[in-house]
Order: sequence, then C-alpha cells, then structure tokens
Amino acid sequence: MSDTASTAASAAPATPAARVAEPMVRAENVMKSFGSNTVLKSISLEVGRGEVMCIIGPSGSGKSTFLRCINHLEKVNGGRLFVDGELIGYRQRGDKIYELHPKEAALQRRDIGMVFQRFNLFPHLTVLENIIEAPQRVKRQGRDAAVKRATELLARVGLADKAKAYPASLSGGQQQRVAIARALAMEPKLLLFDEPTSALDPELVGEVLDVMKNLAASGMTMIVVTHEMGFAREVADSLVFMDGGVVVEAGDPRQVITDPQHERTKAFLSKVL
Amino acid sequence: MSDTTSTGSARSGAPSPSGASPDPITAIPLRHPGRWIIAVVLVAILALFVYDAAVNRPTYDWPSVAKYLFDRRVSQAVLVTLELTVLSMIGAILIGGLVAVMRLSPNPVLRALAWVFVWIFRGTPVYVQLVFWGLLATIYKTITIGIPFTTAAVSWTTQEAISVFWLAVIGLALNEAAYMSEIARAGILSVDKGQDEAAVALGMTWGQTMRRIILPQAMRVIIPPTGNEVISMLKTTSLVTAVPLSTDLYTRTRDISAETFNPIPLLIVASIWYLVITSVLMVGQYFLEKRFARSTRFIDVGGNPVAPTAAAAGASAGEPASGDATNERGGA
Repeated sequence: MSDTASTAASAAPATPAARVAEPMVRAENVMKSFGSNTVLKSISLEVGRGEVMCIIGPSGSGKSTFLRCINHLEKVNGGRLFVDGELIGYRQRGDKIYELHPKEAALQRRDIGMVFQRFNLFPHLTVLENIIEAPQRVKRQGRDAAVKRATELLARVGLADKAKAYPASLSGGQQQRVAIARALAMEPKLLLFDEPTSALDPELVGEVLDVMKNLAASGMTMIVVTHEMGFAREVADSLVFMDGGVVVEAGDPRQVITDPQHERTKAFLSKVL
Repeated sequence: MSDTTSTGSARSGAPSPSGASPDPITAIPLRHPGRWIIAVVLVAILALFVYDAAVNRPTYDWPSVAKYLFDRRVSQAVLVTLELTVLSMIGAILIGGLVAVMRLSPNPVLRALAWVFVWIFRGTPVYVQLVFWGLLATIYKTITIGIPFTTAAVSWTTQEAISVFWLAVIGLALNEAAYMSEIARAGILSVDKGQDEAAVALGMTWGQTMRRIILPQAMRVIIPPTGNEVISMLKTTSLVTAVPLSTDLYTRTRDISAETFNPIPLLIVASIWYLVITSVLMVGQYFLEKRFARSTRFIDVGGNPVAPTAAAAGASAGEPASGDATNERGGA
C-alpha cells in the first residue's frame, strides 16, 4: 500500500521541492470545544500526499468534528492545522494570529473537497447543474468547459446517463456518487469523506466504495471517516482510532485491525468486526 | 423477496385462467340520515334569508346595486385598488426579502437594523402608519438631494415630489414588508443546514450560497403564504383613506353614497368587487400551490433529512439499472 502512495506522489503534477516534503495535512495539538464541551482534546497527525487515511471510532469521539475542522466548517480553538503547508482558518504573523476574512476562508476551501453522510446534493438543480455550479461560480470557469469536465466526471462515477436527472430521482448510492463527482469538479488536492456510506442501504454501499477505491488508486489524498472496516483494511494507508477527542491508536490498518494494542481499540473493534 | 414481487406482478398483470377472480363485494352502503336533516334545515334557512332580503328589505336597494355595480367611477376605483395591491406587494416582497436576508446575515449591524424595522412596522397599526405617511409633507416640507458641506443641491417640495397615491403605496409596502420578511425568513430557515454546508465546502461565499442555493429552495415555503398576503393586501388597501387617498374602491363607493344618502347598496357593490378579485386571486394561488407541490424535485433533501434514504430505497427497489452500473464499472 505504501507503494501506491509513492507512485501516486510521483504521478502528481510537479510541485516545488519544499512543498513535497510537507505532508498534505498536518494537525498539531488540534483542540475544538463547543462552549464548555471539549470535543477534540489534542489531535496530532499527518497525512502524506496521495495517502488514504481512515478514521474510525465510536460516535461522539470527535472524528466528524475533526474532519469538519480541516476545511474550516468548524473553527479550531487551539493548536494548528495545516493543509498543503497553509494554516487553515487563520493567518499567523510573528506570534499573532488573525482570523481570516470569510472570502479568504472560502478560497482555502475550494481546494478541499468534502463528501457528506447525507449527500447534500442541491435538490433544485439537475445532476449536471449540481456539478458545474461551483466551478462556474467559484472558479469562474466557462459553461462549456465546466459541462465537459462534469460529463467526464459523471462517466468516471458510472452515471453518464443521469446528467439531466434530479437528485430525488436517484438512489442513495447514485446520489453519493454524484456528490463525489461534484467535489471532484473543483479539482481538490484533498478529499474529505464524512461517513459516506452510513446513510445508504447495505446493497448500495459497494458502488460508492468502488468509486472511492478508484479515486485512491488514482493518487487522490483522502481522509475517510467510516465504519467500513473492509475498505479501511483494503485501501487505507493508515488507520486512526479516535475516542473521547484523542487519537488512541494509529498505524498500518491491517496491524491495527488484527492486533490492536489498546484496550479501547480492542473493545471497539470487537463490536464492529 | 423476489418471489413475492413476481407473484404480485402476475396477479395484477394477467390473471391466470385457472385462478378464479375474487367475488366483488356488493354491500349495502351505510345510511347517513343526520346529514340529510342538517342539509334540509340549512337550505330552508338560507332560502328564507334570501327571500326576505329580496322582498321584505327595501334598504338593500337591489336596483341601486345593479345600477352602481358597473358604474364608471366604480370600475375606475377597482383599477386603482388593483394598482395599489400589485405595486405595494411588489415593494413588500423586495423589501421583505432584503430584510429577511439582513436578519440572517453574519453582520450584527444589519441583523439589528432588520430587527428594528420589523419591530416598528409590525408593531404599529397600518392605519396609524398610513396617517403618518399622509403627514410626511407636514413634517418634511422639502426633499433635498445634495452633497454635504457644499451648496450644490436639488430640492423639491414634498407635496410635488410624492403624490398621495405613492404615499399610500409606500405606507402599505413598508408595513407589509415586515410580514413578508418573516415569511421569507421562515422559508430560508426551512432549508436544510446541509445545503449551506455543501455550498460553503465547495468554496462558495455567503452571498453566492444564499442566492444560488438557499433562496431557490426557500421559495417552496415562501410562495403559498405570499398568496395569502396578496389577498390580505387587497383588503388592506381600503384603509388608504387615512393618507388620505380617495380614489380606491372602498373610499370611492363611500363618497358616492355620501351624495346619494344610500350607503347600503354601495357597500354591497364594494363587497362584490372585493369578492370577485379575491376569487380570481384564489384561483391563481391554487394553481401556484399545485405547481409547487407537484415538482417532486423539491420534495427531497431540502426540508426533511430523512427523505433521501426513503427516496433512495424506493428508487433502488424499482430500478435494477443501478446494480448494472456498478458491475460495469467494477469490470472496467
């Protein structure tokens, strides 16, 4: 699996040497609280370029919150979070930290794609319009170019014939594949998946995981909050087990799954496997 | 599962010759004598009232009603009332939409401003507000547009600049805008939070998200009560006499009756016209609501977060194509 990661990194477009050394995501003691409720106590981890990281953990462990912090849907209260070497949500000058203007935060987000548990497709737009909306409005792409790219992406997720359909007429699995295509249309350098298969009927999970596997094989950097142990074992380069707002255990997925070191990891895995 | 489906379809499709078709039930319908009694009594009372009104009550003065119903002064007044309604509603929708967006904006100054606007214009009677607008020329005698700290300026007297008709429109529109803003706000809040997050995660700004994603979906909730507000506005225009504007339907019929000393037939004339316009508006509202209820594309992720899974289950059950697509891609 580390092979895939390295080939993916070399296949990626040339970046300045200094940046290649920098991991795609670097979290340093990230802390997040809602009022007096501290959801993330101190999260430190790194995700390399072209790597796939799966985050597992019981509900309420803070894994979704951490994911939402990465593209600044939630504001980090402590520590530092870098994506591609860039501090997320803030600007640091000397030892002073400045909040970013919403427009600057929006600029950071356009390079970070997100796929939601409940798809969150725009129900008033067709599948094609869902995909070309952001490239047109945010990246100021021409309609023709955006449509061409969207058509390619739809073919890639196996939904070339659904361009004119409305989301409500699609199955959950199809909706989630459209959501992935929509995120890809912004050509993100990082894709975040927040329990992408949890809202799906069991027989529809496979089609979404297939698309994600293809994405991973193509060298996309991905962080996936999931309960799909099979996917984690097969595709992930690293597996993180979170509980109570901290990283309890992290490492090679097969090793963590077959030979967990911590009691809490053992207890959790015995319930989900 | 597949067994059940196949037998089900066979039964509904072509019944097999061997299987006897079930006997249709021919039951004797349940009687409802109470309904008949109530209906007969009510119809009798109504007939008595109509007969009495037509024959025994000369003060209704039906010949005068017929005479004034299509009087030119009255039909002109109907037109003025319609103009007042349409113009005030357009103003109210524009201002109300703006106030609703301000109310939900991240900017605390705009939020406070919007709150104060709704507080004042919803908190005082529309009649009082209309009297105030009528006194605008007394309070502000001239309107001057100029550059501060210079002498360059253009000036009008308020009375010349704004006619009584437009004062009435402004008064009605601002009052209605307070209510429209609450309707629009409810519509915006009805859109699922996930829509906002999805748009923001794609890098869209607050304004883009509002304009392109949230407002189009909020329309489904906003349009039906707006229809009600139009009907309500039609009737509220009868208060413009407070400004005082005297060319609307109610004031005009009252002015005519002041000359004839015969108010009742003209009240009936005004009522008939209000009812006619309201009926037309109701038909319009019916079709508008039907249209918005029909478009299934709106019945989805937007309002109810549970909906997509239900829709997904339905779609997947009746659509084997999705499975094929997966296999194809798996092979490739």
